[in-house]
Amino acid sequence: MLGSALIVFREVLEAALVITLVLAATRHVATRSRWIAAGIMAGVFGALLVAFSAETIANALDGIGQEIMNACVLFTAVVMLIWHNVWMAQHGRELSQRLKQVGKQVEAGHEPLYTLTIAVGLAVLREGSEVVLFLHGIAASGASIYSLWAGGFLGLTLGVFVGVLLYIGLLRIPVQHFFKVTAWMILLLAAGMSANAVGFLDQAGLVTHLTSVIWDTSSWLPEHNNLFGEMLHVFIGYQASPIGMQLVAYMITISMTLALTRWVTKKT
Amino acid sequence: MRITKLLFYSLVLFAGYHTIAYAETPSEFILMIKNHQFSPNTFTVPANKKIKLIVNNQDDTAEEFESYSLNREKVIPAKTQAKIFIGPLKPGKYDFFGEFHKDTATGKITAQ
Repeated sequence: MLGSALIVFREVLEAALVITLVLAATRHVATRSRWIAAGIMAGVFGALLVAFSAETIANALDGIGQEIMNACVLFTAVVMLIWHNVWMAQHGRELSQRLKQVGKQVEAGHEPLYTLTIAVGLAVLREGSEVVLFLHGIAASGASIYSLWAGGFLGLTLGVFVGVLLYIGLLRIPVQHFFKVTAWMILLLAAGMSANAVGFLDQAGLVTHLTSVIWDTSSWLPEHNNLFGEMLHVFIGYQASPIGMQLVAYMITISMTLALTRWVTKKT
Repeated sequence: MRITKLLFYSLVLFAGYHTIAYAETPSEFILMIKNHQFSPNTFTVPANKKIKLIVNNQDDTAEEFESYSLNREKVIPAKTQAKIFIGPLKPGKYDFFGEFHKDTATGKITAQ
């Protein structure tokens, strides 16, 4: 039971962090919970769909369907998160002023919140489909349904709990810095996702250059079986032994987003 | 702004410079999963070369091939075969395991 709880916890944690960050970053929007709940529900549905067509996906595109799908899912989420950041850069100052003065939520304005619905949905889809496959595998191997549900539920609860803790922590950030902090957190999350996506492309044999590992810090800060390393991985995309192209993807995501935000703030 | 721009262009150049295509067919290694065990569970591959692993899952349940040191994870549905590219690897030992059956499905790749 503990084993399955741990696996579920890991998967849930990543999705929970994305959801928490998005929830915090949209605290100024009165209708955000509707948009985010829609994302979660679509994600769960998508996860079931992906899990039950795992075989088709795995065999697609000459056996690299899974990697291509993962990379596409991640890159799409990256675009959506960056979109949000750029929009906020345009309107953030005015929003945080209003939030400070009135102390309550404002209307969404023109922010396209569906981008965040998509980002949340994709995070849930990616992590959720692995949970479904894993639990399905245990069930098929004849483990008791009770311990399966107990493990799954325990993992889910723990993951949500960590998300709630993070949310409470984020809300303690003073309003004048709040959107700046969440923007940076979203940017680093997105950069890490880009690097992950490149990792999948490399696994599919599609990265032809800079495929050598550029550093290996796995002996003193492993990215797995180490709470701090795992947290760093989820938050800032830390990798213990990345390949060169992953670093390039990470840096490009950051510099492009910064350039875009500068550009839109200059224009207004 | 200037730093961001500079950083961005240098990265593009750097990536572009390395994108002069090279063609090398990676050597293949076949791995079976049966009764939640890998066979062979230890094998040697050439170092500093790209390797293509073919993982054939003969069990009735899905398995996830995972390796922290190789940075790889791939779900292999029941009764299917998957390919996973790894490397180029520095000489050394690389552990892998089946995420869904960690107790029995373990193995090690030696690169030399």
